[in-house]
Amino acid sequence: MHELPQTLVNGLTLGALYGLIAIGYTMVYGIVQLINFAHGEIFMIGGFGALTIYIWLPSGTALSLALPLMLIGGIVASVAIATAAERFAYRPLRGGPRLAPLITAIGLSIALQQAVWAFYPDAKKPRSFPQFEGSSFEILDNLHIQRGDAFLLIAAPLCMLALGLFVSKSRAGRAMQATAQDPDTAKLMGINTDRIIVMAFAIGGAFAAVAALSHGLKYGQINFEMGFIAGLKAFTAAVLGGIGNIYGAMLGGVVLGVVEALAIKYIQDIPGMDQLGGGAWKDVWAFTLLILVLLVRPQGLLGERVADRA
Amino acid sequence: MRHRSLLIMTTAITAGALTLSACGSRDDKDDSGGKDGKTTVVIGVDAPLTGSLSALGQGIKNSVDLAAKIANKNNEVDGVTFKVKSFDDQAVPSSGKANATSMVDDEDILGAVGPLNSGVAQSMQGVFDRGDLAQVSPANTNPALSQGDDWASGKKSRPFKTYFRTATTDIIQGRFAAQYYFKDAKKRKVFVIDDKQAYGNGLATIFAEEFKRLGGKVVGRDHLTVKETDFSGISNKVKSSGADSVYFGGQYPEGGLLSDQVKQAGAQVPVMGGDGIYDPAFIKASGTSNDGDLATSVGYPVEQLDSAKTFVKNYADQHYKDPYAAYGGYSYDAGWAIIQAVKAVVEDNDGKLPDDARAKITEALGKVSFDGVTGKVSFDKYGDTTNKQLTVYKVTKGAWKSVKSETFKD
Repeated sequence: MHELPQTLVNGLTLGALYGLIAIGYTMVYGIVQLINFAHGEIFMIGGFGALTIYIWLPSGTALSLALPLMLIGGIVASVAIATAAERFAYRPLRGGPRLAPLITAIGLSIALQQAVWAFYPDAKKPRSFPQFEGSSFEILDNLHIQRGDAFLLIAAPLCMLALGLFVSKSRAGRAMQATAQDPDTAKLMGINTDRIIVMAFAIGGAFAAVAALSHGLKYGQINFEMGFIAGLKAFTAAVLGGIGNIYGAMLGGVVLGVVEALAIKYIQDIPGMDQLGGGAWKDVWAFTLLILVLLVRPQGLLGERVADRA
Repeated sequence: MRHRSLLIMTTAITAGALTLSACGSRDDKDDSGGKDGKTTVVIGVDAPLTGSLSALGQGIKNSVDLAAKIANKNNEVDGVTFKVKSFDDQAVPSSGKANATSMVDDEDILGAVGPLNSGVAQSMQGVFDRGDLAQVSPANTNPALSQGDDWASGKKSRPFKTYFRTATTDIIQGRFAAQYYFKDAKKRKVFVIDDKQAYGNGLATIFAEEFKRLGGKVVGRDHLTVKETDFSGISNKVKSSGADSVYFGGQYPEGGLLSDQVKQAGAQVPVMGGDGIYDPAFIKASGTSNDGDLATSVGYPVEQLDSAKTFVKNYADQHYKDPYAAYGGYSYDAGWAIIQAVKAVVEDNDGKLPDDARAKITEALGKVSFDGVTGKVSFDKYGDTTNKQLTVYKVTKGAWKSVKSETFKD
């Protein structure tokens, strides 16, 4: 059991990454009840935006100096694509059949992926991403934290805190809650719901960009396909935590990441379960958990606080 | 009424289209026969031209294209002009099958090069066999493709007469890797990982068997999922298993990340793989150093063969957008083997293509023999290459360097 702390930390970092992406699914769903399947690609584009800034900077720039600029570059790219998608792909379909925007999202996802594949230089193979120099931090004898993971472990809670404050305290945040509860009444109260919807897409995009930067720092590479699996897992996390609830998205992500890490490590040690453990089965265990949670709590882990969904 | 007119219109259009397409193909033939008396022979290429393996696929397509261009320039087969038609399978078996069907339906296609993935090849073999269309893969290494599903028990039988390959099988590659790890690198405790695909799983299994036979110990076995990026769980298991080496059956996108994460987990052991990870992208994939990682690949290093140097130069002269990548040489040889088979058939038939050209070419392929980019090219009774030269490459200062080349002996 002496490897438990390391396994938990691995799961936690992976989960924090899922959670950051899941915010985008949950925000948009909370406001317009749309599952934006192109969100995985918005995450991917954030990574390429950050990389572009790094390439533009004079070579030899210290990563700690470049990082804020890369973050801005990633956020600009993600938010631009996310809001453009809202304006040109989803808004014309608002009020139409529910399936129309869903199919549009899938099409958009493929289009964005292929656009990066075709037009970003050298993107047919994974592009390497700058990484922090130096070895990992040794917290305990058996517990190492990579420098790239440290960024994620600091950024994720900060972003959550900022978002929590924004939604509960600011005027725009309260307008968001109102729109989530009842868009028609919100409109009657003088809230510009179109603006609120754009804002939800933008916030989701910004979180995806933070996630993409963390992803690049953690794994040292980004590629045009990385949005697919990450998006799928993040969507699962959002449902697990209770879609529409921002804290639920983060909790769902962390739970999913930790379950995956534990499943890889420990399931096969249970007598008789040798064949059902390891990396091959981790997704099976993660989805088994999802189904069990949804059987007991169809609204997800934190799904009951309807007033908070935004 | 509306329905009826619609029906009539559809029928008319369909009939029209059929007539036109029939005319079209006849026209094509007349055309190709008529223009300065030359016949056009099309070589179909099936490879992943989009998707994460597209870098390899584009290299395959361009290399076959180069073979066709060189053949036309040298007037390799009198009275025949070669053309290449490429199909994208995206590394998906069902797309490969659809492409194989299109190729069989296209009467001008007399031979096919591809695919890249063993899993895709499985779905294409039957279609080609029924269509009598010869297929030469530059990259498939799964033994069952040419030796049947029972190859492991020694009962080899060739399932499809139309299937050939210029790549060596995993039996040879996996055992060669195990012998290198055990005898040359003196490794005794290996952790074996694969990506659950036909290629990766097969290769890893053959490696593990041979390593155990030699007296080594497999201290752990696990699988990862293609397109995922987080392998920290598996990496921790490698560390706690006390393994002195890792063998990975799979492709470079996952391999590069895995190697990096194994080292980050604190296990300073080399990762070895097959030709699937022998690519510059494997080294680029991980931010920190892969130094010491190993890969086996078929044939001798390109720099050591004169014929390969000519290939590299000709390829550069064409200014293709993408590099020839790991399978360029085998793809050129595969294309050239088809060209040679066409040549043999045409020369046997008074300088013209016979009516049953496809069957004749399939038969002739079994007998071709020439010095190709990757060494001597000829096929054994299973359709496998007789070339059993292999090379071990090692990552040294961020680049692949060959460390050992030899002909595999049982």
